[in-house]
Amino acid sequence: MMMTIPANSRVLVVLPHPDDECYSLSGTLAKHIAGGGQVTYACLTLGEMGRNMGTPPFTNRVDLPRIRKGELEKSVAAIGIQDLRMMGFHDKTIEFEDRVVLDGAIHDLLTELKPSAVFTFYPGYSVHPDHDATGAAVVRAMGRLPESERPPLYTIAFSHNCTDEIGFPDTENDVGDFLQNKLDSIHAHRSQFPSPGELGKSKKMDRELRERFSRERFWTFRDFPRS
Amino acid sequence: MAMQLIDPAIIQQRIQDLQDQDLYIHLEMTTGAYASHMDSTKHPAATFISNALIRYTTGSISEKAPHFRVGLKTEHGWVYSEGLTHYEESDRERLILAGHDTQGKLVVAFQLSKEPF
Repeated sequence: MMMTIPANSRVLVVLPHPDDECYSLSGTLAKHIAGGGQVTYACLTLGEMGRNMGTPPFTNRVDLPRIRKGELEKSVAAIGIQDLRMMGFHDKTIEFEDRVVLDGAIHDLLTELKPSAVFTFYPGYSVHPDHDATGAAVVRAMGRLPESERPPLYTIAFSHNCTDEIGFPDTENDVGDFLQNKLDSIHAHRSQFPSPGELGKSKKMDRELRERFSRERFWTFRDFPRS
Repeated sequence: MAMQLIDPAIIQQRIQDLQDQDLYIHLEMTTGAYASHMDSTKHPAATFISNALIRYTTGSISEKAPHFRVGLKTEHGWVYSEGLTHYEESDRERLILAGHDTQGKLVVAFQLSKEPF
């Protein structure tokens, strides 16, 4: 099914780390914004426990949050996101965070913004403990909303077993017109990823990038706990 | 900020300068959250303690490059770390040591400061 988000509406993205947005949904967000929509990106941590320091190292454990904050802001600008919220949680601790605080922060965003769609990770199928815990928190917070007020929740999953257990993504978005935004978002996270390539260098590379990045796929999450 | 390869003589001096006072320690070791996702034979392990208060009476760094060890003797026990390769040259107040693998990924962090990190 092709993704349909109401034009001019606001969507909410909740992810734990700077860079979680770029490969997964930067094209979808850029497309929504180009159509007149608004995006709020709640990034729970600054990825301050990341491991990539460069060879030779260009940063260290103490300075890394500053570097990654700058990368996040650059990525957000590349996508065109209007509202970035850095939520101030600590990398690697989301699963241990006080649930009243964590769920409350997400619930506050939902009631403040009344988004037309929400994006996060699929809990249990997203490899990094912070990804799973973030998805679980969003599910709990959305579960508190009356069903009639609950927007669609689009989720990302990439564990090896995910398609065996939850099937294939049910929603697809053609973001072929927004590849440059997507590549700029990826390149913004210079400390985290090698470049996947650039458009306009060769026809072969253009074709490969187009094949790799033109479609973003999501699982629509429906299994909310009954309140 | 400039992480440099460890010079044990410099680090030994800094360890001595910080001896016998209350300090905050950040001690960490990690194989990365994606270790077993990338290669199922790898064991994912990570541990850190952040801003624990310690005080040591004796401390030293091993001498042989490129992988250094540090040991601090505290009132009731020890702090130990192995695999350190780099230090932050520009930070004169704090001792910031790290061990990076050949890909530039942090494996060990060992940090001391008079103020919380």
